[in-house]
Amino acid sequence: MSGDPAVYEGLDETGTARAGQASRAVPVAIEVSHLTKVFGGRTAVSDVSFSVASGEVFGFLGPNGAGKTTTVRTLGTLIAPSSGVAIVAGIPLNAKNGPAIRSRISIMPESPGLYLRLTVLENLECFAGLYELDDVRGRIGWALRAVNLEDRARDLCGSLSKGLLQRVALARALLNDPAVLFLDEPTSGLDPVATRDVHELIGSLRERGVTIFLTTHRLEEAERLCHRVAIMSTTLRLIGRPDELRERLFRRSLDVRVRMPLDDPQAVLGAMPEVEGWEQTPSGYTLTVSDPDLAAPALARALVAADADILSLAESHHSLEDVYLELIDEDVEARSR
Amino acid sequence: MSFSWTRVGAILLKELRDYRRNRFVIGTMAMVPVLFIILPMIQLFAANATGKDLGVHVGLSLLYLLVIPVMMPSVVSAYSVVGERDQGTLEPVLITPIRPEEFLIGKALAAFVPTLVIAYAVFGIFLGAAALFANPVIDSAIYAGTHVLVQLVFTPLLAGWAIWVGIAVSTRSKDVRAAQQLSVLGGVPPLVILALMSLNVITVSTALALGLAAALLAVDLLAWRVVAAMFDRERLVTGRPR
Repeated sequence: MSGDPAVYEGLDETGTARAGQASRAVPVAIEVSHLTKVFGGRTAVSDVSFSVASGEVFGFLGPNGAGKTTTVRTLGTLIAPSSGVAIVAGIPLNAKNGPAIRSRISIMPESPGLYLRLTVLENLECFAGLYELDDVRGRIGWALRAVNLEDRARDLCGSLSKGLLQRVALARALLNDPAVLFLDEPTSGLDPVATRDVHELIGSLRERGVTIFLTTHRLEEAERLCHRVAIMSTTLRLIGRPDELRERLFRRSLDVRVRMPLDDPQAVLGAMPEVEGWEQTPSGYTLTVSDPDLAAPALARALVAADADILSLAESHHSLEDVYLELIDEDVEARSR
Repeated sequence: MSFSWTRVGAILLKELRDYRRNRFVIGTMAMVPVLFIILPMIQLFAANATGKDLGVHVGLSLLYLLVIPVMMPSVVSAYSVVGERDQGTLEPVLITPIRPEEFLIGKALAAFVPTLVIAYAVFGIFLGAAALFANPVIDSAIYAGTHVLVQLVFTPLLAGWAIWVGIAVSTRSKDVRAAQQLSVLGGVPPLVILALMSLNVITVSTALALGLAAALLAVDLLAWRVVAAMFDRERLVTGRPR
């Protein structure tokens, strides 16, 4: 799903408010402009610009080595950008502001990174101290309730399953009530049940209006949880709501399945003004059209007139995965040229 | 944001809690004192009360005791940064507002406090055993000159030196074992000077002992700042310098 698009419809490609919609103020949680990070001679992130609105769940997708984690670490002040500027949680990103930014955000790294010889409670007490929280017991109790782990507080982390460790890591990330929560591959390596639990937690955080920056490989996860997604491959390739990306990348088309192929498909399909192009598939035809609602009835009539037995006729659906694979394939082709 | 003792305390408490359940740390903290209480006892009871080498025996036995504040924290502090990095627990800590100085002081105190308690306890046991079981001449030789002063003053200072060397090596190292070996070696130089003092190669007055102690204290304080400057979040997280 693309989340609750009402607020985020007013954002353009980079996430800033479109002209004419300025009256609808969208507070910005993250603003990144021309961010670049070079390690030695290798560019990990190149000229990336985007904004994330306050309360938005923003998906950051890309293959391994695309620069997702580097971007998160840069915005989290763990590593310094080579060039470019950013504002995180309302604070300009620079070395001096590192502690201030880190006190207002949380990052849940891909690996939970918990002290396995300490109990859940002892782990959280340590981090409550690092954030200098006033009501330590209250905050820990709230964080444990948020991840449904109150009854495991006295358990050693070393005795917990991977899914439970992820939940403890999420509780740790919630301790300081962050303005922006970065989740780096939160469901990596989890089984379906643990993945569902983490999804439910992210969903509940989204309901509470927490700004979430979610990096993931799982496209269905991004489609289900995120208001908008960005696809990275060192550079920012696409950004927008999942349905927008589909429309932008794929022309609208109809899939028709027929019992037997047409004798002369060009004579039937090529003659239709609504059809811009067509190709044969194993079970029928895929037609590129500008308006599926107009083209579908005309196509049905034309096929019936040509004595074709229609098994199904529907608009093609492209998933976020199709969008992603299309872009990544383009990158692979570009590199091989 | 100013220096926070709350954050230092959080690291210190976490480390002490971790030590309790860490067999390696428990083993190191148990074995080193046991070994270095046996060796000085052997030296002490092997000494001839009327022999010319009584001073050497007493000096050597006290020198063994000074190995405790060098060796024990070296092994623990060498693990402090590279060990956390290996376990994947360093990045979540670096994501918090903690400053390098706070993190390092927390780590250093966690190695320093148990070392000091154990080293002084072992010294107390040594003095008690000497008073109860050794020849009174040998026992009084322990209190002659600057022996006791050197033990009391140099135990925390040597521990401080060993800890900062250990943490410095750990900050730059990529391997826990290599860090531990290097840090034990790095703790040795001040011990050499103390060996010359303990064995009466260098005749030590109280003023000279205190002067050397002040110099080592200054080095320990400076080392904190130097190690904090070496603490590069980017290198620790990515393995590459900025």
